[in-house]
Amino acid sequence: MKRVLVGLLALGLGLGLAQQAPLKIGVVVSATGPAASLGIPERNTLVLLEEQVNRRGGVAGRPVQFIILDDASDTTQAVRAVRRLIQEEQVLAIIGTTTTPASLGMIDPVAEAGVPKISLAANLEIVFPVDEKRRWVFKTPQTEQQMSQPIVRDMAASGVKTAAYIGFNDAYGEGWARAFEAAAREAGIQVVASERFARTDTSVAGQVLRILARNPDAVLIGGSGTAPVLPQRTLRERGYRGLIYQTHGVANPDFLRVGGDVVIGTRLPAGPVLVFDQLPPDFPNRQVATSYVQQYEARFGIGSYSTFGGHAYDAWAILRPALERALRREQTTNLAAFRRVLRDELEATRNVVGTHGIFNMSPTDHLGLRFNEAAVMVEVVKTPAGKLDWKLLRTFR
Amino acid sequence: MGLGVGRYRNPPHPLPRSFLMDWTILSFLTADALQNGTIYALLALSLVLVFAVTRVILVPLGEFLVYAPLTYVWFLPAEVSGLNLQGQIPGTAWLAAAMLLWWAILDRTNLRRAGLLALSALGVLGLAWWGAQGVPLWLGWLLAVLVVLPIGPASYRLFFEPAKNASVLTYLIIAVGLHFAFMGLGLVFFGPEQFRLPAILGGQTTIGLVPVNNQAFLVYGFALLAMVGLFLFFTKSIYGKALRACAVNRYGARLLGISPSQAGYVSFGIATLIACVSGMLLAPLISPAYFQGFLLGLKGFVAGILGGLISYPLAVVGALLVGAMESWASFQASAYKDAIVFALLLPILLWRSLQSHELGEED
Repeated sequence: MKRVLVGLLALGLGLGLAQQAPLKIGVVVSATGPAASLGIPERNTLVLLEEQVNRRGGVAGRPVQFIILDDASDTTQAVRAVRRLIQEEQVLAIIGTTTTPASLGMIDPVAEAGVPKISLAANLEIVFPVDEKRRWVFKTPQTEQQMSQPIVRDMAASGVKTAAYIGFNDAYGEGWARAFEAAAREAGIQVVASERFARTDTSVAGQVLRILARNPDAVLIGGSGTAPVLPQRTLRERGYRGLIYQTHGVANPDFLRVGGDVVIGTRLPAGPVLVFDQLPPDFPNRQVATSYVQQYEARFGIGSYSTFGGHAYDAWAILRPALERALRREQTTNLAAFRRVLRDELEATRNVVGTHGIFNMSPTDHLGLRFNEAAVMVEVVKTPAGKLDWKLLRTFR
Repeated sequence: MGLGVGRYRNPPHPLPRSFLMDWTILSFLTADALQNGTIYALLALSLVLVFAVTRVILVPLGEFLVYAPLTYVWFLPAEVSGLNLQGQIPGTAWLAAAMLLWWAILDRTNLRRAGLLALSALGVLGLAWWGAQGVPLWLGWLLAVLVVLPIGPASYRLFFEPAKNASVLTYLIIAVGLHFAFMGLGLVFFGPEQFRLPAILGGQTTIGLVPVNNQAFLVYGFALLAMVGLFLFFTKSIYGKALRACAVNRYGARLLGISPSQAGYVSFGIATLIACVSGMLLAPLISPAYFQGFLLGLKGFVAGILGGLISYPLAVVGALLVGAMESWASFQASAYKDAIVFALLLPILLWRSLQSHELGEED
């Protein structure tokens, strides 16, 4: 009898949800192509969230539908996907995309159509300065500027006086070069060499030699994925014994797998979710990060989580309350007006605790993170079991 | 709130500062140039060989170079590769088997050959399955080369042979298409990230002041072996002489009973073998990924062009030259490395093209 009642109740609830038109959210991620190792956890996270939200009754009683498109790490495809989501699917808001160039390319179409967008890419220029177009654009990942702070502070605390930089010869590497050199200057650290290499390079001996000739106390390698292993290995093979820093672009298990023993001792800034279980108990986003990782691993396997999925989680964390508030103010059938209200509500985001930090948006700040909660310093260590792992080195609260 | 990290002191560099600025730098750069140049030389030799015999500019050679070590990763025990593949057969084996089967279907009129090809398709899958079950490192190494090897000759049969007597340009377009197809398949088979392979010879040897990876000596050894081998093959063996005859004049060679198709298979086979073994030897030094073959192949091609795509010794010299320019440029102005390398080559290419007339237009 009880079971029948529960069944009827579930059926009723299901019918109730089904009768309401779903809240359509467009998603563009790089599930294939060079940025796939970032895009796949983002997609997985959103799939997980969609199921979970709808199982618990949706948002304000209405089911949520994520329409997920893949841009294959390509700007043109990302822009095409956005236009399709806006015109054909009539989405309320857009989450995406994974890479910086494509996120920049998406600004024009969303601004023209007046659709709020939350980017999952790092570069500051996606949301800064907030102008007529960028009014519509928000983002969740930390910028290079914010991630440079922990690095120079850690360098200063370790007695580093001179540092060298070697980074990708693309937007990622250049962005880091600018951010790091500015932060280092402020901290009184002299940058004695600034070299570039390509993701596809098979030798960086020349660049490394130039760095060695200057004999810096520390070297920062500005790259993402697994390609930054090469300069690090070359540095060690050529006898460099100083500190080696990487960026948060390498905070993935593949980096450890490809790097092996060579990358032991690497220091890097990362979102706190990377070392969720080592955070001090009073760290404000410890709980959210822990619960996210547990849900993700329960679904996709132990050790499968990465920091990138956390950005997608955070995008929904700020979108959901904004949606709830907007639904109280405007009908979704009145699409243009609803999108405008939703944008205003996103800008009014206060004290939303995500996996990577605490979000406080404002009309001049569409990221709303402070590096104090959004970044920690991590070191690669070898566990007694012989596995490589991330170890929390310092926090900056 | 810090977590208490001790202050760090940079130990003095092993070499005195003033000394670092001149001789050492030159010798370090030379060592780097030699390592890169040797790989370009091996690729250039293969490209020249294939071009001379078949008039095909084998653009996908770089893909073959990375296919072999990536396949090897699938044959490594989990604790070495760091992956959990659970006896999965690498995609390259399916590709090789499919291409061999297709070849068998095309040659179905010759029952014996078709049967042999179908059998070897099964054989490739069998080898791959065996490798994926967990074999000793050296055996996995051999199996990886054997699995990837048929893709070369099969490419000739499936994609170039049907376009018999086409122009060099047509062949080039087919080759570029194949390159994109193989690179895309590489991404599907092996994913976007790099892999770490165990070195056959670990450690470093210091020559003068320069530490050289012991693995690099294997690359040099193989390059010498390949050069001497090719020389003996072309001057002493009847097959080699037949290939040379084909290269000089295809029509004349045919009149003497030399089959140009067979010459094509053999030249593609040799080129693929050289590329595969070079890739296997180079891989522990570079952490291979699906996208890395193309640039290596391109630089090998440039080196080959410096030799006019006909001269083996000039191709080797060209390869070393490309390697030297590259290391010099990466030291001087790393942001513009490839731009500098290719820009410096322009005048040489211009000079060469003015020197040689109607390169490749046959008969």
